[in-house]
Amino acid sequence: MAEIVLDKVSKRYPDGALAVQDVNLEIADGEFIILVGPSGCGKSTTLNMIAGLEDITEGELRIGGQRVNEKAPKDRDIAMVFQSYALYPHMTVKENMAFPLRLAKVDNATVERKVREAAEILDLSQHLERKPSNLSGGQRQRVAMGRAIVRNPKAFLMDEPLSNLDAKLRVQMRTSVSRLQKQLGTTTVYVTHDQTEAMTLGDRVVVMRGGVVQQIGAPQFLYDHPANLFVAGFIGSPSMNFVPATLENGSLRSVLGDCVLTDRVRQLVEGADAPREVIMGIRPEHFEDAALVDAATLSSGGKFTSQVDVLESMGSDKYAYFTLTGEQAASAELQELAADAGSDDVPGDGISLVTRLSSSSGAVEGASADIWFDADKIQLFDPSTGRNLTYTER
Amino acid sequence: MAGIGGAETTGKKVGWGLLNAVVVIYALFPVLWIVSLSFKSSKTLADGNFIPREWSLENYENIFSTTEFTRALINSIGIALIATAIAVVFGTMAAYAIARLDFPGKNLLVGVSLLIAMFPQVSLVSPLFEIERGLGLFDTWPGLILPYITFALPLAIYTLSAFFREIPWELEKAAKMDGATPGQAFRRVIAPLAAPGVFTTAILVFIFCWNDFLFAISLTSTEQSRTVPVALSFFTGSSQFEDPAGSIAAAAVVITIPIILFVLFFQRRIVAGLTSGAVKG
Ligand SMILES: Nc1ncnc2c1ncn2[C@@H]1O[C@H](COP(=O)(O)OP(=O)(O)OP(=O)(O)O)[C@@H](O)[C@H]1O
Ligand SMILES: [Mg+2]
Repeated sequence: MAEIVLDKVSKRYPDGALAVQDVNLEIADGEFIILVGPSGCGKSTTLNMIAGLEDITEGELRIGGQRVNEKAPKDRDIAMVFQSYALYPHMTVKENMAFPLRLAKVDNATVERKVREAAEILDLSQHLERKPSNLSGGQRQRVAMGRAIVRNPKAFLMDEPLSNLDAKLRVQMRTSVSRLQKQLGTTTVYVTHDQTEAMTLGDRVVVMRGGVVQQIGAPQFLYDHPANLFVAGFIGSPSMNFVPATLENGSLRSVLGDCVLTDRVRQLVEGADAPREVIMGIRPEHFEDAALVDAATLSSGGKFTSQVDVLESMGSDKYAYFTLTGEQAASAELQELAADAGSDDVPGDGISLVTRLSSSSGAVEGASADIWFDADKIQLFDPSTGRNLTYTER
Repeated sequence: MAGIGGAETTGKKVGWGLLNAVVVIYALFPVLWIVSLSFKSSKTLADGNFIPREWSLENYENIFSTTEFTRALINSIGIALIATAIAVVFGTMAAYAIARLDFPGKNLLVGVSLLIAMFPQVSLVSPLFEIERGLGLFDTWPGLILPYITFALPLAIYTLSAFFREIPWELEKAAKMDGATPGQAFRRVIAPLAAPGVFTTAILVFIFCWNDFLFAISLTSTEQSRTVPVALSFFTGSSQFEDPAGSIAAAAVVITIPIILFVLFFQRRIVAGLTSGAVKG
């Protein structure tokens, strides 16, 4: 067990592609850290550099206080779980799990004991003599985990370990990964492009984009205080709504109606030297059916009326989808997010909006509804840089 | 529905069975004919009967009575085994490098080895004859082993690199992460997975060396290094009026046995789909 420090680490592939740029990251002993970002943002590259499978072009990597840039993977004492599991097909489950111990020349009795313990934890005891090809996806995944945990490494690295599982199994395994990590207390770096995994698993989340770290923080902090448009749009499901807006002496004008900025927001915006044209971001849960909001609260927000496109009732609450006339918020970050979500081919007519309303809302699909939003919860972004103008540490 | 389906599959099975039988008979008939010939006595040799009228071991006694054949058998086995071993070891290393690494001149290497494989061997015979005489390799084991390796290597590299490409590279990375040196990763993970390819290649190379006649007849002159195919061609009857066909048939049967053993021995190791289950999908 050890802390891992990435000090201005960069990676340039031989073909000239700069995959990772100036990553600074201090991972505390026992911490569970998540690297998240869209495809191709350099998550695997970063992980492989920590593992020693890729050379570090620039910067320093320290594990337990020691520079390890030049060390071979086997000398770093780190275990890795691959997306494809990479089980040795010619070995049984038991031999697969024992392999790292055999290489470390551990005596037979200890190997037996450790493999049995790991199998117990992972519920693989009755499969020890089987070959990987005869196992289900979830079982293979657990064998891969077992191979990582048997030798008590300094750290675990996991590259999208759950992405090959079906949705239900993934949720199940997510919980067991989390429990296992807590139980073992081993420093873990976990790569995923699934923001739900990022939110639920980690102590801290590192959001990456194009090889550059966007923000590092606890999942809830990233959710509440995204540093920029990219993080705001990436974290959260359904994601934050973005609407172009204009700041005019203390009030905000947009297709969601005019609203007066609350003192808190105004102070932040003034401190941030905001431009006139901004992008307003607001999460689905900060909307409400105007009919359910009392008069005092109503005045502390904005209000708009529009036709409900689709209404999904979840039982506990309702999701109402709207399409408002107007220009979509435009920025490089949002385009990239849309591309990653695979929705960039949808013609941009109007602004689509997702709102979460109370289950007691009387909104009806196809009919008009009055919707209120909480002006204190809005976030404002600079369209040119993507910076969050309302960012605070608190 | 089920009845119709069942009838259809039975019909299909019969059809396939017949087809298989035809192929097997077509392929085995000459072999059986040779076997039958080898058990005929010299008197009944040319009677045209498929099943010998009188069984005799005369031909077998004949070929083993002189050193001509036994010596050739030893030469053949020794030369083919050594050439196969060397070609497979070097072929494995070269194929692994070709499948896994990007090094300058890789395409050139592949191209040149392909060129060698395509080169008409007959045009090399007289230069080789001169060279080997000059080097003192003529009529020696190395004199045959060397050209065999030359022509077997491209074959080995080709077959093996196809097998290596099938092995997911992530397995090697996983082995490294599990604490293996590159050598250990190769020996304990990659090599066992490439084993079917290695054995297939070994069989192909062995058969190539075992059956070669051209080099063997041109580069040998005495019993010291003459291999079986050549020795067969030198068989004569005990008198010039005697037909050596019986002896040749017996020898042909005998030299088929090592090949069959070799194939059977390695075939059990050629388990198809050995890499399945390594990675998902
Ligand atoms: N061997 C390589 N040579 C050159 N460029 C590479 C190589 N491997 C990756 N890259 C580039 O580096 C960038 C980051 O790749 P990486 O595999 O780290 O992405 P990722 O974040 O893991 O994506 P994904 O979610 O799809 O796995 C990509 O733009 C990719 O094209
Ligand atoms: Mg990746």
